[in-house]
Amino acid sequence: MSYDNQARNAVLAAVQANQPSSLPMPKIPRSSPTPSADLVENFGKGLTRMAGSIISETIPDLDKFIRGRFPDAKVICSTVPECTGTIRPEDLTQWSGAANIDVSVVRTPLGVAETGSVLLSDLELRVNTIAFLSHDIVVLLDPRHIVPNIHDAYEHPHFATRPYCVLMTGPSGSADIGGITVHPAQGVKTLTVILKAEQQTN
Amino acid sequence: MRAVDQAKNAEAFLEDNVREERLDKLLWGMRLRRDDAARQVPEWEELRNLASEIKEHTLSNLSHYLIEFEAKATANGVHVHWARDAHEHNQIVHDLLAEQNISALVKAKSMLTEECELRPFLETRNIKVYETDLGERIQQLDDQPPGHIVVPSIHKTQKDVANLFAKNYGSDPNNEDPAYLAGVMRENTRQHILEAHAGMTGGNFLVAETGAVVVATNEGNAELSAHTPQLHIVSVGIEKLVPTTESLAVFVRLLTRSATGEAITQYTSTFRAARKGSVMHIILVDNGRSYRLGLERFWHSLKCIRCSACINTCPVYRRSGGLSYGSTYMGPIGIIMMPTFNVRKFSELPFASTLNGSCTNVCPVKIDIHEQIYGWREVMEEKGQIQVVKKQAMKVADKVLSSPTLYQIATASVSTALDVLPHFAIYNRLNAWGKHRDVPEAASETFHEWYKNHRLKANEVLGL
Repeated sequence: MSYDNQARNAVLAAVQANQPSSLPMPKIPRSSPTPSADLVENFGKGLTRMAGSIISETIPDLDKFIRGRFPDAKVICSTVPECTGTIRPEDLTQWSGAANIDVSVVRTPLGVAETGSVLLSDLELRVNTIAFLSHDIVVLLDPRHIVPNIHDAYEHPHFATRPYCVLMTGPSGSADIGGITVHPAQGVKTLTVILKAEQQTN
Repeated sequence: MRAVDQAKNAEAFLEDNVREERLDKLLWGMRLRRDDAARQVPEWEELRNLASEIKEHTLSNLSHYLIEFEAKATANGVHVHWARDAHEHNQIVHDLLAEQNISALVKAKSMLTEECELRPFLETRNIKVYETDLGERIQQLDDQPPGHIVVPSIHKTQKDVANLFAKNYGSDPNNEDPAYLAGVMRENTRQHILEAHAGMTGGNFLVAETGAVVVATNEGNAELSAHTPQLHIVSVGIEKLVPTTESLAVFVRLLTRSATGEAITQYTSTFRAARKGSVMHIILVDNGRSYRLGLERFWHSLKCIRCSACINTCPVYRRSGGLSYGSTYMGPIGIIMMPTFNVRKFSELPFASTLNGSCTNVCPVKIDIHEQIYGWREVMEEKGQIQVVKKQAMKVADKVLSSPTLYQIATASVSTALDVLPHFAIYNRLNAWGKHRDVPEAASETFHEWYKNHRLKANEVLGL
């Protein structure tokens, strides 16, 4: 578009002319470490506060567990070796096709104790919409991958390398009507995080 | 152009005591939850200082960071556009859609697109816009602008929404359950999302070092609008930059805690590049921001991260509702931003404040909001934009406040005067603030009197 360059130069020139004299960038201190024993507990507290669920007990058969927890689910989209499900993200011909998924099952590379968030990127999701258009989502988290806080979380290489990342904390919600929080709004109805060590690191 | 009369606009809202009380309670609840959240972070004040300094550094080097962001985003395969003003922004969006014959757009909440009046621009050019944020959609259906930057329809009752949805979606007008109403919206909106060929979001932050756009939502609607169609357009103001992902963390820790009192939103998304087979465009919008950057006294307002903490704590906003400001941004932050768009139209806004300083105290990026409000009053006086009534009141206040003796006489006489003055003398039209506001009962003694009577005596007892 021809006006783009003209606009670009005009905006940059105006900013250059008007910006105040350069002020220094502060050093961002590293936060004090939290004892590792608290990490799982704090993660669980943060997640449940945001209406997510955490499962700490051992789940030997993930397919069976999911069928039990979501008895009406017909389409289960799994991206993890621990769960067979009924489809894989690659089976979707269009990203909007994720709307037909009842339950998505993925593994997160990172949990955040401070907030109860899990990190998901296009690497884990493969088709990003499976995290938002499906009715429910189940996320596997290796408890050893929980970091204390958001500063630690943003050190994850995904933020510099992946096209898309999300810190997901609880199912979709809204307090736009009467200030009362309800779930879901537009996204998933439930988020279940299962603490489960990664198979290859067992 | 006539100035927006915030006090007059608030009258209708104030007539309905139920609505006024309700809004006050809801927003004060948000403020209290913010306080709780802040208390749970021992380094809260340190984070506020950091956030303020990072923003001041970024804004004072903004041209550098804009160029860095553009280079990184372009390297990521993202198309970067620049818009000097609202019209250029709207035209770019329109052209991107028209090029592909796209006639419907699903859109997440963006105050910038409200500022640019994008929706009417597109709708008059036969492009349908579906707001996917629940509160924003409610406002769209009711043909009203957002009443609040975070919770756009907070001024509406559940009954209002039930009636609105019944009219537009054919739902049950007697079912006021928010879960039911959110479900009605979900079912209706989902179809539009699945069928759309273009989606649009705003951006809470831009990260210069990675070229990423960061969007925080609770509903997941920004993610759905961005990922489902094959065209993702981002509209974002040039002031939203942060230098690094490391510095982004500081703002993510502050944003939601300051807004709703939660530690984080349900979804904090980082869009760095389009997926295979889709296209991502980012429009960097100036629309008065570079001008504001040059205002020595007011450029700090560009540090704003749109958390709404100042709005939620403001006694004037809580008792008059967001629509009374007649502006895109409302409450204390609106008061100090809007006059830079149009000094005449928004000349009255700086007076919609008690200057109690609460806004400044809760601001996560430490903008000196109440001092800027006072500064804008001075600007209005210099520019001859002040109504006679307010001018007289300010002159008296100025005289009294600048003399300790007069101040003590004036405050000591308040309780006596309130006892003897008839109602009309307090609530007359020369008292611009008395209208629709009950004057609180004055304390039986002033602070000075109390101090004299109590603390001085106590000190005597303690031998001090």
